[in-house]
Amino acid sequence: MSTLKVELLYERSNAEKEGYTLPYTEIEEDYVMDTIPKQWQRDKIGLPSVTETEVARHFYNLALLNYGVENGMYPLGSCTMKYNPKMNEEIASLNGFQKVHPLQMDDTLAGNLFLMYDLEDMLCAINGMDAFTLAPAAGAHGEYVGMSIIRAYFKDRGESNTRTKILIPESAHGTNPASAISAGFSVVEIKSTKTGEVDMDSLKANLTPEVAGIMLTNPNTAGMFEKNIKEIADLLHRNGSLLYYDGANLNAIIGYARPGDMGFDVVHLNLHKTFSTPHGGGGPGSGPVGVKERLIPYLPNPRVILNEVNKHNEEVEDRLIRKDDFKKSIGRIRLTDSSFGVLVKTYAYLLTLGENNIKNVAVNSVLNANYVRVMLKDDLKCYIDGICMHECVLSAKPLEKYGITALDIAKRLMDYGYHPPTNYFPLIIPEALMIEPTETESKEDLDKFIETMKIIVQEAKDNPKLLKDAPTKTPIRRTNDVKAAKDLNVAWK
Amino acid sequence: MSDIRIDVLYTKNDEWVKVENDIATIGITDYAQSHLGDIVFVEPCEEGQEIKKNDVLTTVESVKSAADIYSPISGVVTEFNASIDEEADIMNKEPFDGGWICKMKITNPDDLKDLLSPDQYRAAKVD
Repeated sequence: MSTLKVELLYERSNAEKEGYTLPYTEIEEDYVMDTIPKQWQRDKIGLPSVTETEVARHFYNLALLNYGVENGMYPLGSCTMKYNPKMNEEIASLNGFQKVHPLQMDDTLAGNLFLMYDLEDMLCAINGMDAFTLAPAAGAHGEYVGMSIIRAYFKDRGESNTRTKILIPESAHGTNPASAISAGFSVVEIKSTKTGEVDMDSLKANLTPEVAGIMLTNPNTAGMFEKNIKEIADLLHRNGSLLYYDGANLNAIIGYARPGDMGFDVVHLNLHKTFSTPHGGGGPGSGPVGVKERLIPYLPNPRVILNEVNKHNEEVEDRLIRKDDFKKSIGRIRLTDSSFGVLVKTYAYLLTLGENNIKNVAVNSVLNANYVRVMLKDDLKCYIDGICMHECVLSAKPLEKYGITALDIAKRLMDYGYHPPTNYFPLIIPEALMIEPTETESKEDLDKFIETMKIIVQEAKDNPKLLKDAPTKTPIRRTNDVKAAKDLNVAWK
Repeated sequence: MSDIRIDVLYTKNDEWVKVENDIATIGITDYAQSHLGDIVFVEPCEEGQEIKKNDVLTTVESVKSAADIYSPISGVVTEFNASIDEEADIMNKEPFDGGWICKMKITNPDDLKDLLSPDQYRAAKVD
């Protein structure tokens, strides 16, 4: 990582410099000024005056400050920051995929519609669902769409006034309650056990006739498999309620266990996380939502379907259309049909791995997380005994007596060239450091990370100041979290 | 070890309740503030609002997380502490004094029977 401080373009700006020349025009200035209404005219537009060289250097140097999985390990728990094959980027940028417009006529998009149609089939097979919408733009959008589908289902059954509550475990991702509330439900928090699993007593106590559904992540946010899932599903279904699967942790079970078989009625996936699209840079993402048969009528419009009218055409590609008038649908959820580039990468990734190799994603991500857990559990503390799934939660609690917190360890890791793991999540573990190595780290790289963690734990005991002062090798040192939360000001002047 | 006052009652969710006649003052304990970390925002409670025991009284946001605070008793909010609205960190500095959250008129005195004594709370907090 570069420690270079990059000046803002505004700091370099100097009115005497002119970094551009406008082409010759026959249109006279007076004409322009007469044409544009007074209130839209400006003397100054406030752009920096810099040369092209300065602009190029500015952005190049900013790019050097970036840290991604190509720089080194990025064990950010609950985020699956794995390496994404470059080949899939190459494929997604082929002209036929990249240079089409979503508003083109269906018969000019046959190949791309087939990709969507076939991908929907694959996602159904992987998740044990009956249909998917590929439209949602990211995970939380998928959650909102899934919740809206559940609401539409109960409205259709005349139960919209009585099915008003969604159960959510206290260990859930924060987006879950936000999505449920945005879709018009109220949220009832379910207690978690010490291993982050659903507390069955708390679930039973809150399972009233008003419950529309439950939102669960499996493996849960503590990286543990929800062993009671079958019983939970039976309880909910007997109550007339639905189960929603947050696909954030699908990486751990892909190819081995299917949410549909566990009893989930609605799932959302994060294609940009599990299926080969780099993320964390602001998008685009893709959060397809899968449903069981009884919820298909409520999927958003449009859907890519086989046009039954055109039966004389033999090729599937020639019979695919985007149908946008399903009567019970929750409607259109975004302007374009999907984040198509992300779908292309997912499709290429799945075709490359195939049914058998996709299992290695789960195997290696779980193996790697357990290797890190076992190697570090005596240096830090592991509140949850037993085998974890694709991520492990360690606690910095044993270092409390040296005045060291999880945050200090996270910051010190940056000095050693690592992206810090997730800290203070899940909330049920004190001083949590949540490490998700992913399947794309080699044993050698895991060993280096483990050794670094051991060095840092030793430093915490011998010279805690090293941790308190960290990070020292970044252009900006320890940020003031309180000021950032209360008094955030990102304007230059 | 975190501070445990002897003149207030507690919940196992780390709230304290101080009872004076029919008015209860509610706050979070020293243990709670130290686990939340630097507190940056508290959702103001509305005066006159009727709250049932175990309903969400307010949400406290720290640099680490946002935590719902559940009402230890049923009652009607009579006053929200304006100083934590301005400077939320007073809850870190003086959790039992200047950092109180709100005052409530107690509507069901039986609720008080479910609260923990200082000794019971101390016993519950042994790690």
